[in-house]
Amino acid sequence: MTMLKETRIVLRNMGKIDPVSATDYRAQGGYAGLQKALKMTPGEVIAEISASGLRGRGGAGFPTGKKLDISSKVEADQKYIICNADEGEPGTNKDRIILSSDPNTVFEGMAINAYAIGASRGFIYLRYEYPSLFPLIEAALQNARNEGFLGENIFGSGFSFDIELVSGGGAYVCGEETALISSIEGGRGEPRSKPPYPGAQGLYGKPTVVNNVETLANIPVILDKGGEYFSKIGEPGCTGTKLFTLCGKITERGVFEYPMGTNLMDIFETHGGVKDGRDLKGVMIGGQSGYLINNTQMDLKMDIDSCRRKDATLGTGTIMVIDDYYNLLEIVENIMTFFIHESCGKCTPCREGNVRMHEIIHNINVGKGKMEDLELLEELAETMKLTALCALGQNSFYPVITSLKNFRYDYVRAIERGQR
Amino acid sequence: MSKKQDFVLTAETQAQISAEAKKYKEAPWQLMRILLRIQKICENSFPRDVAVVVSQETGIDVATLYSYTSFYAMISDVPRGKYIVRMCESAPCHITGARDVMDAIEYTLKIKAGETTPDGLFTLEYCQCLGMCEKSPAIMINDQVYSDLTPGKASGLIEEYIRGDIA
Repeated sequence: MTMLKETRIVLRNMGKIDPVSATDYRAQGGYAGLQKALKMTPGEVIAEISASGLRGRGGAGFPTGKKLDISSKVEADQKYIICNADEGEPGTNKDRIILSSDPNTVFEGMAINAYAIGASRGFIYLRYEYPSLFPLIEAALQNARNEGFLGENIFGSGFSFDIELVSGGGAYVCGEETALISSIEGGRGEPRSKPPYPGAQGLYGKPTVVNNVETLANIPVILDKGGEYFSKIGEPGCTGTKLFTLCGKITERGVFEYPMGTNLMDIFETHGGVKDGRDLKGVMIGGQSGYLINNTQMDLKMDIDSCRRKDATLGTGTIMVIDDYYNLLEIVENIMTFFIHESCGKCTPCREGNVRMHEIIHNINVGKGKMEDLELLEELAETMKLTALCALGQNSFYPVITSLKNFRYDYVRAIERGQR
Repeated sequence: MSKKQDFVLTAETQAQISAEAKKYKEAPWQLMRILLRIQKICENSFPRDVAVVVSQETGIDVATLYSYTSFYAMISDVPRGKYIVRMCESAPCHITGARDVMDAIEYTLKIKAGETTPDGLFTLEYCQCLGMCEKSPAIMINDQVYSDLTPGKASGLIEEYIRGDIA
């Protein structure tokens, strides 16, 4: 058994500084990355970020440098940077931890990205469910402005950038970037079809880069220490660290930062394994729309590509441990209730698909299931994957089909019991 | 389940609401925060009379306002209690005992999820992930989050609210 030690890049200042203090952040080497960036050309900044190999931490894993490059090349009189802090994914609280311990690293990341694409304004879209963060971020923004790290003519470079904090209203789907943009514009948080991507046509029709909190928190380190330094952390092709949220029935819960590619079993064992001496049934990884894997599948390297190769997903870094006490079907049913509630209702496959899946699983769970239902679930999943409008409906069935595969016995047993 | 009376506009609250709604034209991207603050003035609801005032100040017609507010879980057009108790029902809370905590809260408040107490003090709701997964199960009472709950801790907490020890 390997006992792991955290590698803190994103959480480098956690517990060391007063989170609202820009001077504390500065004393730890903060805003040095921005200062360096402002002496480079925007193209050089993007090249540095591309060289780091950083990929988006919101779940999709798109190369951040490429995202910036696309928006930098679009001609427009106004561009925007949005920080996606609508962290609604059950089993994920990493963004809350980052923003409550070190908001300035996110501001700095936004400022660097803004300089890279030629934006002068930024928004932080914060979910309503983090009420304590609103006053904290407002105070931190004000301090950063007072110290000249935000606002007009930053570091005397002629570059100006400021950030406003806006609120979500309790809608999971607003974590999807086009829904988030619609929400800021004063609309319902319904996703639209892409293209055009926000990078070309985003907020108020202008080129907009939307980044996850964790992605942004890495940017200052990349500019300060160099893309090459960053690229040596983690795995080739999937560099840096990842914040993992350990929750459910694990002995030591919390948010921990490990290099990309860290083994799931090692993380599990380092944090004490299953709570109260019960046996491990399985783990939900990647988030609520992630994968349910069983206790024989724990030898897994946790990075975007390794997970994909092993038919798993890194997603947002959720590790929700399930012990043998639980009826797995009840958990899947609970998860589908979530998606029924959070589907925006715009497209039929998602609006209806989640309801039907929930209904079928519920029936199986109460002993009214048939073996044919299992094929029906797979067919339904395939339909949603092919036809749903956004990532919500294209992923919400994963807990169903992965549990069907990895916990088939639980389904078959429930059906057979019902038929007796 | 009793029906709570609609919020009634007074000259004073109308002035507060107008002042808040006026901020929209300066910063339209702050619509959600503006409406959430207005909802606080209106005892946790956003009734039609109030929507009319907001409409006049913002230039957004009432139908569009409701199209917007009805999409978001945090704004309600029906009257709610002074305290909104939200129980997280997402999976990490679920598997660490959310149901038992909810039972205790329902027993203490003598209402079921979705209901408001007859004195108009508490509305009890289920909600989706509060983002406290590493400290589950969690609830939110108005803007205050409580985590690592047990049934006993939860009913003790609710009793503190009932006694007025927590305002």
